[in-house]
Amino acid sequence: MILSDHLLTLITLLPTLGALILLAIPGHSPAAIQLSRTVSLAVTLVTAGLSLWLWAQFDATNPGFQFVENYAWIGESIGWRMGVDGISILFIPLTAVLMPAVIIASVNSVHSRVKEYLVVFLVLETFMLGAFATLDLAVFYVFFEGTLIPMFLIIGIWGGARRIQATYKFFFYSFTGTVLMLIAIMAMFWQAGTLDIQKLLQFRFAPEVQTWLWIGFFASFAVKMPMWPFHRWLPEAHVEAPTGGSVILAAILLKLGGYGFIRFSLAMFPLASAQFSTFMFVLSVAAIVLTSLIALVQTDMKKLIAYSSVAHMGFVTMGIFSGTVQGVHGAIFQMISHGIVSAALFFTVGVVYDRLHTREISAYGGLVERMPRYAFAFMVFTMANVGLPGTSGFVGEFLTMFGVFQVNTWVAFFAAFGVIFSAAYGLWLYRRVVFGALTKESLKGILDLDRREALVLMPMVVLTILFGFYPAPILDATAASVNVVAQTFATAIGAAPAVVGSAQ
Amino acid sequence: MIQAIVFLPLAGALIAGLLGRILGHRLSELITTSMLIVAALLSWVVFFGYWFAPEAAEGAHHTEALKVEVLSWINSGSLSLNWVLRVDTLTAIMLVVVNTVSSLVHVYSIGYMAEDPHRSRFFAYLSLFTFAMLMLVTADNFLQMFFGWEGVGLASYLLIGFWYTRPSANAAAMKAFVVNRVGDFGFALGIFAAFMVLGQLNFDAAFEAVAEHKDATIHFLSWDFHAMTVVCLLLFMGAMGKSAQFLLHTWLPDAMEGPTPVSALIHAATMVTAGVFMVARLSPMFEASEVAMTTVMLVGALTAFFAATVGLVQNDIKRVIAYSTCSQLGYMFVALGAGVYSAGVFHLFTHAFFKALLFLGAGSVIHAMHHEQDMRNMGGLKDKIPLTYWAMMIGTLALTGVGIPGTPFGFAGFFSKDGIIEVAYAMGAPTGYIAFWALVIAALFTSFYSWRLVHLTFHGKPRWGQAAHGHDAHAHDDHGHGHAHEPHESPNVMLIPLGVLTAGAILAGVVFHDLFFGHAEHVAHFFNGAVAVVAERYEAAHAVPLWVQWSATIAMLIGFAAAYEMYIRNPSLPGRLAAANPGLYQFLLNKWYFDELYDRIFVRPALYVGRALWHGFDDWLVDRTITEGIGARVKDVTTRVVRLQSGYLYHYAFAMLIGIAALLTWAIAAGGLMK
Repeated sequence: MILSDHLLTLITLLPTLGALILLAIPGHSPAAIQLSRTVSLAVTLVTAGLSLWLWAQFDATNPGFQFVENYAWIGESIGWRMGVDGISILFIPLTAVLMPAVIIASVNSVHSRVKEYLVVFLVLETFMLGAFATLDLAVFYVFFEGTLIPMFLIIGIWGGARRIQATYKFFFYSFTGTVLMLIAIMAMFWQAGTLDIQKLLQFRFAPEVQTWLWIGFFASFAVKMPMWPFHRWLPEAHVEAPTGGSVILAAILLKLGGYGFIRFSLAMFPLASAQFSTFMFVLSVAAIVLTSLIALVQTDMKKLIAYSSVAHMGFVTMGIFSGTVQGVHGAIFQMISHGIVSAALFFTVGVVYDRLHTREISAYGGLVERMPRYAFAFMVFTMANVGLPGTSGFVGEFLTMFGVFQVNTWVAFFAAFGVIFSAAYGLWLYRRVVFGALTKESLKGILDLDRREALVLMPMVVLTILFGFYPAPILDATAASVNVVAQTFATAIGAAPAVVGSAQ
Repeated sequence: MIQAIVFLPLAGALIAGLLGRILGHRLSELITTSMLIVAALLSWVVFFGYWFAPEAAEGAHHTEALKVEVLSWINSGSLSLNWVLRVDTLTAIMLVVVNTVSSLVHVYSIGYMAEDPHRSRFFAYLSLFTFAMLMLVTADNFLQMFFGWEGVGLASYLLIGFWYTRPSANAAAMKAFVVNRVGDFGFALGIFAAFMVLGQLNFDAAFEAVAEHKDATIHFLSWDFHAMTVVCLLLFMGAMGKSAQFLLHTWLPDAMEGPTPVSALIHAATMVTAGVFMVARLSPMFEASEVAMTTVMLVGALTAFFAATVGLVQNDIKRVIAYSTCSQLGYMFVALGAGVYSAGVFHLFTHAFFKALLFLGAGSVIHAMHHEQDMRNMGGLKDKIPLTYWAMMIGTLALTGVGIPGTPFGFAGFFSKDGIIEVAYAMGAPTGYIAFWALVIAALFTSFYSWRLVHLTFHGKPRWGQAAHGHDAHAHDDHGHGHAHEPHESPNVMLIPLGVLTAGAILAGVVFHDLFFGHAEHVAHFFNGAVAVVAERYEAAHAVPLWVQWSATIAMLIGFAAAYEMYIRNPSLPGRLAAANPGLYQFLLNKWYFDELYDRIFVRPALYVGRALWHGFDDWLVDRTITEGIGARVKDVTTRVVRLQSGYLYHYAFAMLIGIAALLTWAIAAGGLMK
């Protein structure tokens, strides 16, 4: 059947098709804007539906690539190759399901150049989906790099007062990183003679070559994640980005880095990954501990959540480079969970920003008095961010720490401090914004979630709790491929070091 | 049946929490309370099974606990964890404690919270707490226990901060959560270490593996340690946080900011005993590490002593009882550390009744006094609220351990607390004796502050007529407004729970003494493998010299006499004593200055480092120096870019796209050429 044979291509290109339709809608009348919103919502909903169907059809017991499409494109070297395995499958529905929420939420927050806003987001969706679904390194590079452009526009056009500086910084960091990755990609082509990811996964790069290639990819992914100390662009970009931009940035774009680390760094350069693991652990722990402390003293809600994202991504990199099943499994889970929770947190900030047009924490206080439903949703997401068991935030943190403990107890020891700090900054934020007496004049008339906002946030509340109690849908889908990655890694570096000794 | 016991409170919490505004307060109260009463009755049915025929109780076959699998949870590699409800004797005891006190507190709250505008939310939280606590006590693996552990922490956070307009309540709620997280830091690492050493996270399998690995070493951080010691000490750190033991106790007194029924349920009878439950549950593991056992014992003894000293001088009626709770938890840990787990669980059991009674009684006093909590503004309430008075009297008799040694006559605390003191002595030198004397002195202090509380509150001349009602408790719940400012007895809905708990405070000791702390054979039969029972330790404890048996009673009498002298016969004496020893008095009144110390060494440095990293590292070094330095005149470029209109962004984006295309083309071309 043509549909299932080209499902990934369809999912990837559908949003761009929607963008083309939007461009064909003439004028900027309220009716045209209304039509644009409806079309883009319909397109993203269909894409989301197809992505869920993809997930349902996905054979979790098969660790290899599925839904594979392979067409030669530019000679033999570059092809339109698509396919997903357990590592990448879940990022497709995560991206596709989040997009309708962004489109819905934009009704309240975006009022200028609406049609362009929607077009840019739809193009961005194609780039993100393509980056996760492609099996060709060159195409991956194009999509990975391509996401910069729409994001650049989103922050630069619909952003806040200091948006130009923020976009520049965003561009400067990301582009510097990807240039090095591009060089590494070229070097891989010279070495292996192909850019087909499936073939590259089978190819054994020489140890010293691995080191250089690893560094090239590291530059790009470390900025994307972002890892400490390459994180500086993120708080800035988040603060200036419109709500939808922040949501996509935190929920999906950061995950490209984590996905890349697993797919390329860990799977293709295992020796270099082992060699650099201590280095990665140090940076991860620095991210968890230091940026948590920075989050503690923030006065801007978005900056606080941005720094908390850096800390949470520290768990991801720590888990990945533990090379253990639980570590990698937990890293993927943490990315999916953070995709839901950080998106939800940026939406919740957006809700009050739309009402008061400030992100200063001190401008709020006592919101629960007039916004009980908002307070409830915010509480669930705060607790998920804090990593409370019973929310999705716990499973990833637990598994990554569990995985890394088996390799290096110091890392787990320091990472566990993050558990304390996240509680401190998360609850302190909540206390200052939601609790307390509602005394500020500007807040006296504030309204609770409207129907549209509830429609966006409540499903996320449900997912956050559901995956906390029953993470099996995510863990099962990824298990087979994770086992293979961890197994390959273990074989490549030899026997795992023993931490438990026996007295005999 | 166990499913009903665990999930009825959850159902109540969901109904009251999500539909509370539709159903209204009255219906929410009735639904949650009746769910809890049913759960409590079912718990007693389960408990009766274990009481009369441990080996024939539902599903139990010889040391094999009943396990009901509910759902799969985390499966990754060799790690496999499911949601399982496990019932054995220890669980059955906890079910009874949790659900009995919880259902009584629900009933009591109908009266106590009658005028609060957020009642349905309050009842939802109470039921949610109960559910989390039940998940904790029915856990069959470490992680589910951790879930319950953090779940009760969440509920505690929500309930301490229930009156969210009060800054002090919010601060206390946050403090409770964060300090508990410090304990959980150890708990989490303990779980990882336990898996590393034992290869299992399911309780039974892990316990079986202990024998095989009891001499194993673990490479933790940079050193090699005795594996089981590391595991147990890390796990015990969690217990110290939850049970407010020395160093991690600072949150408990502040938690009194919550409504009083909350203090009775969470901060006296159930949640704070979770640490005790944990050590008892993991007794096969703790048995493998002598260092861990000694640590448990000494921490318990130190806490029992420390908290009792602070309790001597507090003026807030709830804070006195809070420190008392902290101190009594220390007693329980001493019993656990001595390896007589059932004695610790026994004190947990009796303490739940009389401490909940004291808290609810204090709540009744506070209710009567229109939310006055300072005992200096009370006095002479005996005739105004006689029923509350008698309930508090019984609670005090039970807490101070009134009874006649060598006979089966005594209140609940007499059996369990004196039992622990004997256990400590039987441990022998040196730790046993240290603990023994710490506990005996603590018993003296306990008696003193308990009677001080009774005298200041109920006896003597009333001091409430003239006192200004400036307590900030008025700030939110304007409970007493519109009433005459005359103390009034509480409604029946509050007095009935007091009555039930009074019966427990009188009977819990005498009825269950033999099961928990009688002949080792009886205890082993009752517990049926749920906790380790080592017969010699029981025999030694029962064979202590006569003076040891009487020591606690004598300490109690001295404390009583001192309180009588200072607060009835010679009421000016305490003031003079305090004036004569200002240093000591301030030291105790300020709780050994722990809050100030922690603020200086943890809180402020953390904020300082955070600011330094943010402004110093992120802003200055990374941003202004490196980014702009390496970027070769990035500053100029930035300034120029800033001057551009946002319309130019399209050009920039287009330029980037061209750039990528060019680079890619070059890559392909170069690649092709190289081939």
